[in-house]
Formats: sequence, C-alpha cells, structure tokens
Amino acid sequence: SVFDPLQEVQQILRRRISQTNCPPSICGYEKERKQLHDLIKRTAVMGESNSLLLIGPRGCGKSMLIQNVLEDVYQEEKIKQDLLLVKLNGLLQSDDRIALREITRQLQLENTVGDKVFGSFAETLQFLLEALKKGDESSKPIVFVLEEFDLFAQHKNQTLLYNLFDISQSAQAPICVIGITCRLDVVELLEKRVKSRFSHRQIYLFNKLTLTQYRRLCFDYLSLPGDFPDKSFAKNWNSNIEVMLDEVAVKDVLERQFSLMNDVRGLLSLLTYPVCNISAAHPTITASDLITSFKLISTDTKSAMLHGVSILELAIIIAMKHLTDIYEGEPFNFEMVYSEYLKFARHRSGMQVYEKAIVMK
Amino acid sequence: MEVANQECMDSEDFTLGKTVICRETQIKTLLALFGQRCHMTPGSIFVYGHTGTGKSLVIQSMMRHYKLPHIFINCVECSSLRFLVEEILNNLPLQDVSNSEVDADADDMNPDNENFVRCEDLTDFVRTLKSLVSDNELGKETLYIVLDKAERLRSTNPVLLPALLRLQELSGLNICTILISEIVWEKFRTGTGFCEPYCLNFPDYTRNELMEIMVLDCPATCEPELYSLYVNMVLSVFHMVCRDLRELRHIARLNFDYFIDPVKTEECAPSNTRKLWKNVEPHLKKALKSVYLREVSSRQWELMQQAELADGDASQAVVALPRAHVELPFYSKFLLIAAYLASYNPLKCDRRFFAKYSGKKSRRMAKLLKKNERASNHLLGPKTFPIDRMMAIFYSIIDGKVVPSAHIYVQISSLVSLHLLSQVGGDDKISAPKYKCLVTLDFIRNIARTVQFDIMRYLYDFL
Repeated sequence: SVFDPLQEVQQILRRRISQTNCPPSICGYEKERKQLHDLIKRTAVMGESNSLLLIGPRGCGKSMLIQNVLEDVYQEEKIKQDLLLVKLNGLLQSDDRIALREITRQLQLENTVGDKVFGSFAETLQFLLEALKKGDESSKPIVFVLEEFDLFAQHKNQTLLYNLFDISQSAQAPICVIGITCRLDVVELLEKRVKSRFSHRQIYLFNKLTLTQYRRLCFDYLSLPGDFPDKSFAKNWNSNIEVMLDEVAVKDVLERQFSLMNDVRGLLSLLTYPVCNISAAHPTITASDLITSFKLISTDTKSAMLHGVSILELAIIIAMKHLTDIYEGEPFNFEMVYSEYLKFARHRSGMQVYEKAIVMK
Repeated sequence: MEVANQECMDSEDFTLGKTVICRETQIKTLLALFGQRCHMTPGSIFVYGHTGTGKSLVIQSMMRHYKLPHIFINCVECSSLRFLVEEILNNLPLQDVSNSEVDADADDMNPDNENFVRCEDLTDFVRTLKSLVSDNELGKETLYIVLDKAERLRSTNPVLLPALLRLQELSGLNICTILISEIVWEKFRTGTGFCEPYCLNFPDYTRNELMEIMVLDCPATCEPELYSLYVNMVLSVFHMVCRDLRELRHIARLNFDYFIDPVKTEECAPSNTRKLWKNVEPHLKKALKSVYLREVSSRQWELMQQAELADGDASQAVVALPRAHVELPFYSKFLLIAAYLASYNPLKCDRRFFAKYSGKKSRRMAKLLKKNERASNHLLGPKTFPIDRMMAIFYSIIDGKVVPSAHIYVQISSLVSLHLLSQVGGDDKISAPKYKCLVTLDFIRNIARTVQFDIMRYLYDFL
C-alpha cells in the first residue's frame, strides 16, 4: 500500500498520548535514576537483597522511571537471562491470596500448569517460601515491583509484605522489593514488624519542571522521531511545531495549563484534542487547536450543568442562595425554600407561581 | 475496514444517518477522539450531562453506525464487581469479528454453558481479557467498553473504578473505557486519586433544538406545520418547568388528541392559531398539575380525555383527585389532631390554648411571636412530644368523656404502623414513648373538617 505520512504521524502521536506510552525523553530525575539503576544492578549481579519505596504524586512518572531503568538494565545479555521480574498492582491483586497466585504464575513455578495455579493459600505460601528460602546468593535474583503499594498495606496482617521484606532481610534468595505509591505517609501504614524489616530507603519524586522545560516537553511530545521514514516530512512537521509553540497565544495557553497542573498528565490531556484532530482535511496542529483544547478541558463542570436546568429550578437555587446568605450557612429544608420562593414569585416578579407539588418535583 | 474509514471521512453532516440531530459538535469531537480503528485512543472518556441530552443515544448510535467493536453495559444491572466483569467478558464482540458462523446466542448469559467465562477478581479479568482479545482480529482495533450510569460504580468495589480507568495501561491493549453519567467528575474522585479521564460535556438542548427534535415524531395524519405549532404551545407551558426531552415528548403525545380535535371536527381551521391556543392552553395547564406529577396515570388521562371530548363538557369531567385521603375512626382522627397540635405547637403555649380559663395573650408575647419568624414550626418540621402531652391535648379537645381504655392506646400504635405517627427514640416502649407527627397541614385540615374541628384556631403559627 501507499505510505501515508499523515497516518504514521497519527499512529505515533496517539500512542504517545495513550496510557501505554513511553515518553520520548526523560527530563530531570538523573540522580534518582542512577540510584535505582545501581540498586537493581546490585541485586542482579551481586545477589544483594534490597527494598525501596518510590514516592511521588500521581502522574510524576514513577512507573515510567522503573520501566525505563529496567529496560536499561536488561540490555546486558547475562542479566536478561538471569533476572526475573514480578509485577504486582494493588488494584488488581486486592488480597494476598490473589497476589500469591499471581507471583507463582509470573515465576512459572512447578505447581503451575499453563495459567492455572494449584493448591490452597497456605500451600502456595509455604511452597513459595520454601522455594525462596532454599535459594542462596547464587540463585536467580528476582525483582518485585509493587504498584499502588499503599493498597498492599491494607491487606490483612500484611502477610505478603512481611514475607517479602523478611526474605529481603535474611540471607535467602536475592530479591529486590520496589514499592510505588503516591502516599507520603506510607511508612506509617506498615505494621511495626513489617516496618522494622523494611530498609527505609526511599526515593521521592516531585514535579520539578520549570516552564521552559514544560514547553520543551510539549515539543518533544508533538515532534516526530529521527527514525521517521519520510525525512523531509518529519523535518517540515517539526519546524511547524516549533513555529506553532512560539506563538504568543500558545505560550499563554501553556503557561495557564502549567499553573493549573505542572505534571505530564495535564500536558497530555491538553494535547489530546489537537492530536486527535489531525486528519487529511486538517493536516497540521495549529494554535487554535490548542486554544480550543484548553477551553474544552478547563470548562467549569458545575456551571456547565447549571446551564441546563429549567427556570423553575434556577429560581429554587436562587432561593436557596438567599437562605444561606441570610442565615449564614445553616441547613434548610424544602418548606423553607418553598416559602422563600413564594415570597419572591408573589411580590417581585410577574412569574407564574407553581404549586408545591410541581416545585417539589 | 478501508470502506468504513472512507465512510467515516465522508459523512460530513455528522448526523449518523439523520438519527441523531442537534449533536454535531459532540459527535465531531468524539469521532476525532476515536480516530480510525487501528489508532490508539485516550484510555478513558467521561461523558456527562443532564437526563435526556442524548448521551447514551449518541454513543450507542455512533458505535452502531461505524460498526465499532463495543460492549454497552448499564451499571445499574451489574451491581457487583463479579457481575460486571463477567458481563464484559461474556459479551465481547468476538464472534462478529472472527467467526461469524457461530450463532450469537450460544455464548449468551447462561451460566451452565461451557463457553461461559467465570471470573471472580480483577487479576483474572485482565488476564482473560488479554488472552481473549489478543487472539483474534479484535486485537488490532480499539475496543470500547461503554458504562452507562457510571455513578453506580462509586458505591461498588473501591478498586473497580480506578482499575477500569487505567485498563489500557494494565492490559496493554487498545481499550477505551467510556463512562456516561449525570454527575460531574469532581464527585467521582476518591482516596488517593486515579488516572483522570478526558471529560466531555453534553450541554442541554436549547428551546429551538427541543422543537426540532420533537417535531420529528409528528404523526402521519398531521401536517408538520400544524404539529410544530402544537409543540410550540406545549413548550410554552412546560419549558419553564421541565427541560427533560423524554418527559416533554410523553406529554406532547398524550395531549395531542385534544389539540387536534377542533381541527378534525372542523370547528376551526388549522390556520386559526389563536383559537387553537385558547382551546388547548387550559388543558395543558391542567396536565401540568396532574399528569406531570403522575397523580393520574397516562392511561387514566387518555380515558378522561376521551370522555371529555365525547361529552363536550369541559373541566367538570375531571375531578381533581385528592392527594391524600384516608378513612379513619373517630377517635383516631382526634388522636391524630392532638398529635399534630403537639408536634407543631411549642410547649409553653399549651396552657393558653387548652386550659379553660387562660388569660388573654399579652402584648409582649405577641411581639415576641413576630420577632423570630424563622422559628416557625411549619418550616422546621415536627417536634417530638411525649405521649402524656398528646393525651392531655386529646382530652381537652374532645367533647364528652372518653375512658382511657386499651382501644385508645391500640389506635395510637396503629397510627404508628400506618406511618401517620412515628416513634422517636425507640429505646423505651412502655414507660414514656415519644412520638412525632408525620402528616401534612392539608391532610390534617381535611381530617379536622370531617369532625368539625377548627384546627387553624389552635395552631400557634397561624394566630
């Protein structure tokens, strides 16, 4: 078929704004990256056991960082063969039983056939612990990545966390437990015995983007990569984007979005509409796209809903507002609102006065 | 697929084969977000707007019109996590794409069927979804999971909503979750937050748009101009109160016979707008008071309408139904009145109302009365009272001698079971129970009228 550069552009950009993205560049976090890289490397090569918590607000790139570091570590052939990875998510593995099944499945241990895991909870746990305890520094290292770590701390007795941290403390199979969470007080959620086994190594990630970096990031998200097949098209496109981002209106929009949310997710939601709007009839991203998009995502939802109510409902809302003004926020009931409405409708306006039952509805 | 894309690009009118009107901008935005079949879409979209603004209609007809692989689920039906995920897994539009010869209802909601996928937790759900979807054609296209009435999701499992919102990330598939709700997104946020969806508002229809849509269901026997005239009349009565399209259409259908009758019997010409309006306006106003509140059912309304048309006798044919009318024994009536008085009168004025020789109301008292109007008991609702006070009022308002027999007390408890009274603080049933009166002023006035008792004279608020 004929190569359509526009199609390709859409593919690439849409993939970037979707949830399964890996960003075109990582900015900031060099120190944290190095720390994480060293830690995993030590587990993989020297058989050292570790535990670590990665803490930061939503959308600051915690999972992205882990993903990136793991890819980096995996580049060595020997590590790729030896290092096992177990990924758990607090949303999906909502209790320890399910989490254990998932671990055995991901490790492909003996009591699994295909996708199914056999044995009761106690059996699985015992089996798993034995398998892990038998190992010593020479056995294969495992990296546990626990996303939504705070949800794991809500499990009964924190059995899973206790066992994982216990293994990482005692000289058994080398494992590295990495928890990802957005709660700053996550260590306080842990039980005392669990907390004492945790190494208290924490990495905090914060959005430290400045406005120039933010603008740079925006360009990175919208520009085409170097390995794009149609070179001249890509060059054209990138210069177009550059020009567009220099416009005053665009700068203004970016600045305002930045002051609302300075994280990457905010930027992505801003870029969603312009990227999706690319079509044959509309082949480039323009400043007006960005402005429309900003308008779309920054609409005040409640006033939008208020716009749709009928006049009678609006009159009732105004009556309620009166009541809260007069009596300074004391609670009120329907009768009071209705009498306020009657006062208004009878004396001040030529409006039709409706019956109580209609107003009630 | 190419054909579908072509079609997608060509249909510049954005009316989905004229089935959806007045929603061009929304459809355009949604189409842009969806993109072509093989494209990635944003992970989740949240659509909100009032009842009857065409949210479900637009999304459903878009899915059907462009033949997108989708699952449409009403969250009211799927009350628990397990129901929801099994519903999704068992209704995946796999058959349509991969092997169409398998008849559609083989994999239906029959749990005995061996094809029925069982799934108890989200881990299983994501794993099964991955294996089911990536096996066949479906993996190459965006799969849409549409959840109607999404506000129900908040009260089910707390991890369900966050998990659904990042389903794309969790499963690594090209999935788009669409949530439809009447509640704004701010009310969905809980706990430590989650992946924010892309919010999209469906604004209300303006009056002209309402007209345009309602004219669509013009009956075949009637000319469109006449019908639009009628719709205009209906709107002029109802638009102030109601903007719900469904309700308005229902009202318009019910009252149309009445409107068209003078034209049919050739009392007046279709062009005589003024006369038609004069004719139908009181009728519509009456409909506002009765059908709109569902006091008379639609069927009864139609019957009444027919009777009215046959008789030619206006307004007298319909007797306004009393909203609350209950037949009670004589003493029960007085007990209820006593309870009402005890509920709505302050304790300090009992003496003045019910003792035989009380002094006149002092002037200072009257001033005090007017001062705090806010404290009017009819606005604040009923107060609790002990049974002794109620019995004292009962004996003072009833003429003649009544023995405090078991019957009287049984009547009190039967009033409670009829929900006319309610017992407050059910800790002590025998020694000193406290009650509250739950009836409205209109109701008690009706009752008082039947026993010739002037209740207004005894009510503190209406002195």
